[in-house]
Amino acid sequence: MTSGSLITPGASGVISKAMLARGLYVVAALVSVGVANFAPFSAYSLNILMQASTYAIAVLGLTIVLGYTGQINLAQAAFFSLGAYSVALGTTEFGLVFFPALAIGIILACVAGAALGLTSLRLGGHYLAMVTISFQTMLSLVLINWVSLTHGPDGVLNILRPTLLAGYFTDSGHYLALCTAVLYLVGYLVWRLRRTKLGRAMQAVRDNELAAGVVGVDTYRTKVVAFTLSALLGGLGGGLFAGGFRYISPDQFTFSESVVFLTMSLLGGVRSPMGAGLGTGLLILLPEWLRFLKNIYLAVYGGAVILIMVFMPDGIWGFVTALWRRLFPIAPITTGEIAPLPLTQQVARADGSVILTVSQLSKHFGGLKAVDNVDLAIARNTVHALIGPNGSGKTTLLNVMSGLYAPTSGRIELDGRDVTRLAPHQRAGCGLGRTFQNIRLFGAMNVLDNVMVGAERPHNPAGHDASGLERQALAALEFVGLAARAHETVASLSYGHQRLLEIARALAGSPKLLLLDEPGAGLNHAEKEQLVWLLNRLKGHGLTICVIDHDMNIVEQVADRITVLNFGRRIAEGTPLEVLRNPTVVAAYLGEVRLATP
Amino acid sequence: MGFALQLFFTGIGIGAIYALVALGFVLIYRATNVVNFAQGDFAMLGAFAMILLAVDLNWPYWLSIIITLAGLIVFGALFNLGVYYPLRHRSFLPVIISTIGASILLENGVLFAYGPAPQSLPGMFETQGFNIGGVFFDSQYLLILVVTVVMVALQYLFFERTLIGKKLQATSQDKEMASLLGIPVAMMIMLTFIYSATLGGLAGILVGPILFVSVGMGSSIALKAFAASIIGGFGDVTGAVVGGLALGVIETFGAAYISVPYKDGFAFLVLFVFLLIRPQGFFGERVAEKA
Repeated sequence: MTSGSLITPGASGVISKAMLARGLYVVAALVSVGVANFAPFSAYSLNILMQASTYAIAVLGLTIVLGYTGQINLAQAAFFSLGAYSVALGTTEFGLVFFPALAIGIILACVAGAALGLTSLRLGGHYLAMVTISFQTMLSLVLINWVSLTHGPDGVLNILRPTLLAGYFTDSGHYLALCTAVLYLVGYLVWRLRRTKLGRAMQAVRDNELAAGVVGVDTYRTKVVAFTLSALLGGLGGGLFAGGFRYISPDQFTFSESVVFLTMSLLGGVRSPMGAGLGTGLLILLPEWLRFLKNIYLAVYGGAVILIMVFMPDGIWGFVTALWRRLFPIAPITTGEIAPLPLTQQVARADGSVILTVSQLSKHFGGLKAVDNVDLAIARNTVHALIGPNGSGKTTLLNVMSGLYAPTSGRIELDGRDVTRLAPHQRAGCGLGRTFQNIRLFGAMNVLDNVMVGAERPHNPAGHDASGLERQALAALEFVGLAARAHETVASLSYGHQRLLEIARALAGSPKLLLLDEPGAGLNHAEKEQLVWLLNRLKGHGLTICVIDHDMNIVEQVADRITVLNFGRRIAEGTPLEVLRNPTVVAAYLGEVRLATP
Repeated sequence: MGFALQLFFTGIGIGAIYALVALGFVLIYRATNVVNFAQGDFAMLGAFAMILLAVDLNWPYWLSIIITLAGLIVFGALFNLGVYYPLRHRSFLPVIISTIGASILLENGVLFAYGPAPQSLPGMFETQGFNIGGVFFDSQYLLILVVTVVMVALQYLFFERTLIGKKLQATSQDKEMASLLGIPVAMMIMLTFIYSATLGGLAGILVGPILFVSVGMGSSIALKAFAASIIGGFGDVTGAVVGGLALGVIETFGAAYISVPYKDGFAFLVLFVFLLIRPQGFFGERVAEKA
């Protein structure tokens, strides 16, 4: 939702590109619906168009679940069949009219989708693939064998269309216009979804599930919602399909049909609703054009799927947009006045009070005691450095603190609240921000959207409304000096800028405590100086920071206190001067040496 | 009792086929971290190659088997080069979809050549089998069991006792480390595909005389083999074998005592139950998702 935002495109046009696109879309929708309604199509063309429009709605479901969220669904034909059979049996056997029957179908599909998602989305991708295939296979068996309800292989005949408006939609052309209108509406909603909080959460899950959780996205809930929405669109498409053809049978909803849906979305471009439309249209028309290949058609089609995956991984639409971007790169944007980042929401008070307490924390991996009975107290408005030789347990400690690992024993309190058992996104909701040693950004989202995900963490004191959060995100980008590049892709940023972007993403969530895991790793000398300056500015604003780094230069320049770990145990703590002179610390870093007396 | 024993024997025989295909799944999964959805089509190809050689061309049965297996060795290598290798640096999703594409291609290619009518392949032995205490031991089922036991034993020896087996294990555990140690990882993955294709083909040769040889036979076996490997504990070799045998028995008993039309559903029902109650399977998932 860029309307009313601070960003104006570099080339200042009177009409923004988004408005132009929206206008074109409305015109296209009106024209298509008009043509469908009034043009005298042959029965053959009507059938093809009816199939294309209803299939496309189901394929848009895959855009959400696979394209936006990165979760596989090999049962879209099953959800499609739930909608189709509800309309078919509802209008022929149970005396319902069209729309209530359709509503029942959509609800059934949603319930089935939610149930499948809830049970299997905690597990990895191949389980989800398997569970959806299982569901698909079992539903097909039921459709064929539960003859008393479904009429078995014979299918259902004489399905009724809507009786609304004195039977206006019983005419095939008018019904097609209805389906087209629904398709355009759904397409628009799916398109808009991408730029909403939910849509960004989905894409964050797709691009980096681990980071999404740490930044504040409830990854499991997001996946279940995406899966349910996908099932919903499957049911909607199926219901309209049944009304369109007025006859359905189980062989129209088999596993191979689910694969067809999948291929349509991949061929067109799985990440965009435009791709869904393109892919569906092409794969429905292709067999008509390739009639001369009739028998070998499906084999050619299987080969095409492999070739698409190898040569056009982002589908036709992805290929076209990539080409477009190469010809017309994104210009830097000029932003209006950006209000400074309100970092010190909790009034700065360097009164020595503690914001994070770690008590007797242990994390064991089998026999390996990566973190062993560590105590740590981080005082408000200080920079606390965590140092130690390689393998001393620093990152493990950070991972336990941010909720990626469950501790073996011990307790973590953030601002007086026990967070030991909370999931990463809940800790982000309590005001814990972090970055990663190996940068974890959302690679396919633009710079601003990356930071927006951070700003949209639960309970962000910066506010809830979209424009307020966008201001917050831009302010965070401005703070690290990347505001002008807000619309660029992550890949176009240098390594050093990617590190800064990750910090901005954490800052946008107005953290009470910021955990930085080796922010200086891989940076050159100039970039490190910049980092030190940035950290000192953050400290000046009263932010509490816990930083891991190997570079003593950085640590000395920013840290108020240092805790030293070795073999998972705390071996020293104090001011930088005390710690760096501590013989145990020197021994841990340099080996046991006898200190020569000068 | 005799009937139950008979069912048990039949179930174990079918289960052994699932186990062989499941082994192929598991090996490829361990080597590449992706699931090969065309695994069952290796079996389908094996069976159709036998139809072509032993039935259509009327060549000796043993020669047909050798040529079929040799063909699948070549095919496994081609499959690796065409379907997996170009996508090896991508996430698991494009690879899964690519293998689904391969499955469609293979099934419809064979459909084009042989048409939809199921073919029948004669068994390897003249004698049908023999009767002991009211249980009929079909010779083909016995053959399946013997071959499965031999293959599992050979595979164990190969992986545990030979250098190349150890290299394959190293590859499946940590590809980067393996390549740093000088193990040709791409070659090891190629070998894995070759071995899995051959194993699948062997399953097809064995199961052909029991089931009708049809284009769809592969995917139906593969789905159940995959279910079996999840039930056993995904990524675990013992789990694949135990899961396969268990599934064969459950399915046979389900069909006999509960419902024939829903026979193919039992595997998935069991799978659902497992995913809900014990997603790590009998033996626990050995290969965690690598972050």
